[in-house]
Amino acid sequence: MQRYPAWDQDEARSIIAGLAHLEGATLPMLHALQEAFGHVDPQAVPLIAETLNLSRAEVHGTLSFYHDFRGAPPPARVVKLCRAEACQALGCEALVEELAREHGVAVDAATESLAVETVYCLGNCALGPAALVDGELIGRLDAGRLADLCGLAGASP
Amino acid sequence: MSEALRIFVPIDAAALSVGAEAVAQAILREAQERGIAIDLVRNGSRGMLWLEPLVEVETPEGRIAYGPVAASDVAGLFDAGLLSGGAHALLLGVTEKLDWMKRQQRLTFDRVGVTDPLSLADYQSHDGFAGLKAALALTGAEIVETVKASGLRGRGGAGFPTGIKWQTVHDAQADQKYIVCNADEGDSGTFADRMLMEGDPFLLIEGMAIAAVAVAATRGYIYLRSEYPHAHRTLQRAILKAENAGLLGDDVLGSGRAFHLEVRLGAGAYICGEETALLESLEGRRGVVRAKPPIPALQGLFGKPTIVNNVLSFAAVPWILQHGGQAYADYGMGRSRGTLPVQLGGNVRRGGLVELAFGVSLREIVEDLGGGTLSGRPLRAVQVGGPLGAYLTAAQLDVQMDYEALAGMRAMLGHGGIVVFDDSVDMAKQARFAFEFCAKESCGKCTPCRIGATRGVETMDRIIAGIERPKNIAVLRDLSKLMTDASLCAMGGLTPMPVLSALSHFSEDFDRGNHAGSSLLPLREKVAARSADG
Repeated sequence: MQRYPAWDQDEARSIIAGLAHLEGATLPMLHALQEAFGHVDPQAVPLIAETLNLSRAEVHGTLSFYHDFRGAPPPARVVKLCRAEACQALGCEALVEELAREHGVAVDAATESLAVETVYCLGNCALGPAALVDGELIGRLDAGRLADLCGLAGASP
Repeated sequence: MSEALRIFVPIDAAALSVGAEAVAQAILREAQERGIAIDLVRNGSRGMLWLEPLVEVETPEGRIAYGPVAASDVAGLFDAGLLSGGAHALLLGVTEKLDWMKRQQRLTFDRVGVTDPLSLADYQSHDGFAGLKAALALTGAEIVETVKASGLRGRGGAGFPTGIKWQTVHDAQADQKYIVCNADEGDSGTFADRMLMEGDPFLLIEGMAIAAVAVAATRGYIYLRSEYPHAHRTLQRAILKAENAGLLGDDVLGSGRAFHLEVRLGAGAYICGEETALLESLEGRRGVVRAKPPIPALQGLFGKPTIVNNVLSFAAVPWILQHGGQAYADYGMGRSRGTLPVQLGGNVRRGGLVELAFGVSLREIVEDLGGGTLSGRPLRAVQVGGPLGAYLTAAQLDVQMDYEALAGMRAMLGHGGIVVFDDSVDMAKQARFAFEFCAKESCGKCTPCRIGATRGVETMDRIIAGIERPKNIAVLRDLSKLMTDASLCAMGGLTPMPVLSALSHFSEDFDRGNHAGSSLLPLREKVAARSADG
């Protein structure tokens, strides 16, 4: 469970300046900002645009294209659940249904405390269903373990 | 330390996903409590993923494997004489003599699972940098000729001859050229790139350095998907070590040639595995596909001549330079030369990675190596080549792993991923998913893909609901033909492949229950149908 500091425009400016020497620096900047603050505030757009001599529209276009970048801080728990074919073959959709039925948790509908997000393939296709939590890969997921990862009450011991 | 016993516990993400870290810690604790000096090596995975965490012990007879080991097994393993390969319920035998290992022709994955991925000393003592050293003694044109002679084809899925791509970049005149590695391994069912980057990162670095030397490129990028945090850490550390050792930087191995390499992270966009979208992303823009021509070999990254190859293509090159193009071409069949790292996943009893010469049958892989389904239910479908690949039936498994053989049955080899499904699969739902995935991941540049994928989901919904099935199946075929013929890249162009294969091989799933006439069509659907007619 990672906690992030609040968005700080000065800190953001210095992160951006530190990466300005890179070729094609936009994505590295966005990643660095998200790593520092857990999200990329829209206020970053003019900063990056100015630094890289791009239009705000170009930077906004990049920011909004990629699934990874968040516009607001993430909830305390983020569980990335693979729902691609290899995990489908091992019942990931049943896990999704059970989360909704047993715990009222909908995938891709974040609350303040929890987000279960769909991802397509974590490269653990022989040991699925798979999830990624705080950078840790989890294989052979079952309903109990998933509820556990989600910090849900009444989860398995 | 040399007299300390060497024990191996993989640090591969798949092994970690089933508890390898806890096993490693338990082994360290147990050895300390018993006062035994051990040297715990964190290796890559041997590819027998169903046996992970796989613990190996070095003995005079060779490395002996135990697996799958849980942390709670460790004390018992020590009691049973783990350190000398003692008998235990989890004892598998000498790793190299296990059936799974013996059947393979490991050229690219030779070191993966054997060495410590981040030990340059280990790398060099296992033939590391022999290919680069050989390359540095050749002219660029000679390196390109060697790669051509090997018959190596792009392992990312398209199967374009690697040597010809290199030739184009070699012959181009420019003040700057680039080497770009496509490590955006987004296809479900594939994990060979990940295993290689985590298990033998110096091999990828060496392959890219050889490409740089061949075409006189001085900068390179590895575009890695963000879903692979473990590979990211490993690559960054490996590049740093390679720089410190003079293998990368201004003077590669004292040759006077410069090659600077960086890892760049993607951001969760499947389309960035398409090479031109990848280049756009590297340049800092939306991952939108470019029209070709111009081809990236002439106008690639920042408009400069660029080699874009898959991880496995680059990783095959050091072996080819060390042993010669012909030695590589001696493996394989037809126009598919060399070996293919095959990834077996989904509902399969023994899943993992096997590197095999082209030509082995799908049945041998799925049934002999894989052992059938994990659930024990009958195998119903096998998807080969990722989310854009065809679904095949159990009766079609005799096809050989070969680019042309699979293309001949309207399927594709892709990146060598095989996903097994048992008889609980609903193939109409899988067809719907193919469109849904395309709708979510389309870059939006061309209409057939952007609009077609959404229309495809709607059409599948009607078919599944039993609404005017024959008519909607006709729409489905028409839409598929349009997407195949008119999409800008493989995303829209190949999405119909899983759909049409599901429809032709599993048509019964498109005609299940829920029969309903058009009168039951919800109003919204009627309006949509009418406006589509107009």
